[in-house]
Amino acid sequence: MKDVALKMIDRAKQLLESGEVARVIGWKKGDFCYDPTPAAFETVEELKDFVYDYFCGANLSKYLIQMSKKEGKTAVFLKPCDTYSFNQLIKEHRIKRENVYVIAVECLGKLDIEKIKAQGISFVTGVEVVEKDVKVFTADGETTLYKPDVVLSKCATCTKTHQVKDEEIILHERPAKDVNRFEEVEKLEAMTEEERFAFWREQLSKCIRCNACRNVCPACSCLKCVFDNPSSGVAAKANDDKFEEQLFHIIRAFHVAGRCTDCGECSRVCPQNIPLHLLNRKFIKDIDNLYGEYQAGETDEGKTPLTSYTESDAEPKDVFNGEAK
Amino acid sequence: MQEVTTEKKEFVPNIVAFCCNWCSYAGADLAGSSRLTYPANVKIIRVPCSCRVNPMFVLKAFQQGADGVILCGCHPGDCHYVTGNYYTRRRMALLYSFLNYMGIEKDRTRVEWVSAAEGAKFSAVMNDFVKTVTELGENKRLTDLRVKEGE
Ligand code: SF4
Ligand code: SF4
Ligand code: SF4
Repeated sequence: MKDVALKMIDRAKQLLESGEVARVIGWKKGDFCYDPTPAAFETVEELKDFVYDYFCGANLSKYLIQMSKKEGKTAVFLKPCDTYSFNQLIKEHRIKRENVYVIAVECLGKLDIEKIKAQGISFVTGVEVVEKDVKVFTADGETTLYKPDVVLSKCATCTKTHQVKDEEIILHERPAKDVNRFEEVEKLEAMTEEERFAFWREQLSKCIRCNACRNVCPACSCLKCVFDNPSSGVAAKANDDKFEEQLFHIIRAFHVAGRCTDCGECSRVCPQNIPLHLLNRKFIKDIDNLYGEYQAGETDEGKTPLTSYTESDAEPKDVFNGEAK
Repeated sequence: MQEVTTEKKEFVPNIVAFCCNWCSYAGADLAGSSRLTYPANVKIIRVPCSCRVNPMFVLKAFQQGADGVILCGCHPGDCHYVTGNYYTRRRMALLYSFLNYMGIEKDRTRVEWVSAAEGAKFSAVMNDFVKTVTELGENKRLTDLRVKEGE
């Protein structure tokens, strides 16, 4: 990964020095090795803090809504999954494509610090990844973990490939994966209504309504969001430990249905570790089953499943567990 | 002190029915003028087209204490606005399937196509829906303590 990062910094330098772009969006060193933050770099000096490593999971495409409207071009580094969000945003006329220069970067899966900490490891000072081994360095030694156990949930099932690139920085091939991203959704579908209710009640009751899942979501780019409307009845955290937050989650998941690219950012940022991807993936699975396979963000044009129809679509009463009778 | 009664009060569900102006609402009218009955606890909300029903309307109804929500529109192909109900069909198929995925009883939600000439169907559908929801009992999974008192 180091060699990739060096190449990226070199390229960013060239682009800024030559004046081809006015800024580069990438990741900046955080307080700890595991919390790099998205940042815009406008000068070569600023690039000294540029990082690209196994903790750079953040999807940078949403920042382009603002950045592409600024003076001058913006270069951005996009991982495979990020390019779907980018396409979707182009399709929804949120990004000015002509003002963006996309550099597709290599991604071999990103690590989830929460999963590392959950293994009882704290004070992480660095990591080194070789194939499926993650060597974690801490204040008092080092431990080796199995990579599939500690990658972000979005990476565990990712088979995405770059959809957009003006150029690429890729040094290593990604090993092919044979995964079923709907496995957990299917498990839930196999439960009884009571069990499912209990599952979601437990999960969603943890929600503190920080709205981070909405704020990070590239599909949530509405200028006026329903959750900012005090008279919507769902704007604030319910003052109770019952299950009110489900309304927030149903509404949000529905709003992004057919547009969610399954980029996994919502689950990644949730401070309460709620498996939000299981909500969006249910819609994706149902859409695939009922209206034909559809991957949002695969292209930047065309209709979405909820803005189209066929005369022979399934009747709502015949749909059960996502299958039409 | 309140008196304690052992007698169980009969459960009468709150039903919200969204009916499109052109077909189903006219169907309800026809049911009325033909002296066909449907339960008084069905509260009809007239909408210009079934497609006007934002999923949030359905959730709001449940949030405010509905025990069942039914959506009625023109038969597919007969929409006054030509294609509105085709979109409704996809939207509601996905929404209802999703609600069920969250553990909400499947029979609390329904979509029926009722034309202006189907007064009898309207009455039958409502009677049947009320019966189904009565059997399910009170909606406890999709209410909101912020608006519902006495729990
Ligand atoms: S809902 Fe989650 S997975 Fe879908 S686009 Fe938004 S952040 Fe990505
Ligand atoms: S939650 Fe709905 S209204 Fe709010 S930003 Fe997302 S899509 Fe838009
Ligand atoms: S990020 Fe998590 S805690 Fe915050 S609003 Fe979303 S689900 Fe709730």
